[in-house]
Amino acid sequence: MQWLPEHAPRVLVIGAGVSGLVTATVLAGRGAKVSLIHRPETRTRASHFAGGMLAPWCEAADAPPRLAQDAASAIDWWSGHFAGTQRHGSLVVAPRRDREELARFARRTSHHTALDAAAIAALEPDLEGRFDQGLHFAEEAHLDPRKALEALSEGLRQQGVSLRDCDADEARFGDYDRVVDCRGHAAAQDWRDLRGVRGEMLLLRCPDISLSRPVRLLHPRIPLYIVPRGNHCFMVGATMIESSDRRAITARSTMDLLNAAYTLHPAFAEAEILEAGANIRPALPDNMPALKDEGQVLRLNGMYRHGFLLAPHLANQAADILLHRHTHHREVSA
Amino acid sequence: MHVYGTELRSRLLLGTAQYPSPAVMVEAIQASATEVVTVSLRREGAGGEQGMAGQRFWDVLRPLNLRVLPNTAGCHSVKEAVLTAHMAREVFDTRWIKLEVIGEHDTLQPDVFGLVEAARILIADGFQVFPYTTEDLVVAGRLLDAGCEVLMPWGSPIGSGRGLNNVYGLRTLRAHFPEVPLVVDAGIGLPSHAAQAMELGYDAVLLNTAVAGAGDPPRMAKAMAQAVEAGRAAFLADPVRARDMAAPSTPVLGMPVFS
Repeated sequence: MQWLPEHAPRVLVIGAGVSGLVTATVLAGRGAKVSLIHRPETRTRASHFAGGMLAPWCEAADAPPRLAQDAASAIDWWSGHFAGTQRHGSLVVAPRRDREELARFARRTSHHTALDAAAIAALEPDLEGRFDQGLHFAEEAHLDPRKALEALSEGLRQQGVSLRDCDADEARFGDYDRVVDCRGHAAAQDWRDLRGVRGEMLLLRCPDISLSRPVRLLHPRIPLYIVPRGNHCFMVGATMIESSDRRAITARSTMDLLNAAYTLHPAFAEAEILEAGANIRPALPDNMPALKDEGQVLRLNGMYRHGFLLAPHLANQAADILLHRHTHHREVSA
Repeated sequence: MHVYGTELRSRLLLGTAQYPSPAVMVEAIQASATEVVTVSLRREGAGGEQGMAGQRFWDVLRPLNLRVLPNTAGCHSVKEAVLTAHMAREVFDTRWIKLEVIGEHDTLQPDVFGLVEAARILIADGFQVFPYTTEDLVVAGRLLDAGCEVLMPWGSPIGSGRGLNNVYGLRTLRAHFPEVPLVVDAGIGLPSHAAQAMELGYDAVLLNTAVAGAGDPPRMAKAMAQAVEAGRAAFLADPVRARDMAAPSTPVLGMPVFS
């Protein structure tokens, strides 16, 4: 839908996490006149600590069936908006004693092929001899969330979208036709069902190891994953704790994360810990995101652990609501 | 069934960890018709620095009007378990505590020595203790001496889903303490395991992973509730005992009875 510039709807997007930036990108792409405000600190954003796995088939193991449908366009969307999107699939392994977890995971997911030790080594030479069974989800992808969000910000700036530091309370909503609230857990006051699920992660550098794709390590109590960030850097994540506690990573979680890395490969024992992070995922009772239309303000929230995977779909839905109504409104007033 | 003066109609107690989402957890709880849910202060972070950082998770449970049995899951020492119990009493406003003192990191089996010690301390502090223990008869006696009015022996290690590993031991425990409420806690994987525990005369079953980890948790919760009910009814009906020889259910005419 294209409007004459003076008729384009003016939309304010609040939040520069993955929901806010993707929504702003989609709206701008569909002709809206977008402004975006955000808090200055990137570390306040849950997306800053995301794994960046675009893994609809793996995530389906513990999510409602609609997740895979809603995520169907995500990999293409990111490939089109961020050149660093890596389409190398993902790998799922389990230590020998937890092999039953692998069978369970295989039963509850699709789009995978079973791997033996040789096939695992062919995909990831550094994991040779470490695991004798695994699953390969060839259609999945991954990206570096921080670089991807920076690319979206840059793309918006080039389209003339203003991105500025501003508190949501100080924004003048009256200047806009519509406001999209993408504040994540910071909007908990305005969405009764929204809760925080704490996640903790580590960034490691390990020159002895190279991986081409995310590796999930199944475990009955602490399932974790390792995502390559390039340059021998790895993100190890992420804990899932039903709490909105914002303190720094705990000793217990650090040990769990490092144990997972060490189980994947003992060379991680010598890795350098570049960063330890903790933040709060915004989640709704079914752990799936939702839109709430409150008139001028449209709220988009509850991304939980699926921000990169589901933001393109939610942003398109948001745009449908906003732009359809705007068109309707203009027709009526014309 | 009565525990610490409270009457419970449902003999299935359900844990609240590891569900795919709070919405699925609520559905499973409703399908199970349970009256008691266990909650983990440590794992679900209801404590936290700001006191109630997990508040919104518990808000989901509140409308269900359940009795909350806080646990000390993940505690490896007496001191840690006692401290967690005190925090739980404040957060959930209940004297009930499911006492776990883990003695072995890998098998998560209870440290029965620490368990008895922690039970003594907590009962002196006014708690009503539900001890997670093994099927060991002597330990059971010590826990009762300490003032526990209910015992919760394991079926098999937590989360293993192996069912009842030591049926003989569980039977012995039941026979020695006919008046004490006994709850099989941990290790149940299938409804048949739950039914078996009830057939042995156990008063109730406590489980979590078997439901939370199933592909369809509400459906499994319902199956568990049915199994518990079936097992209890079978126990009360005085089942026939297994025997070596066939016993025809209709008289066989023309054959000598004793040959």
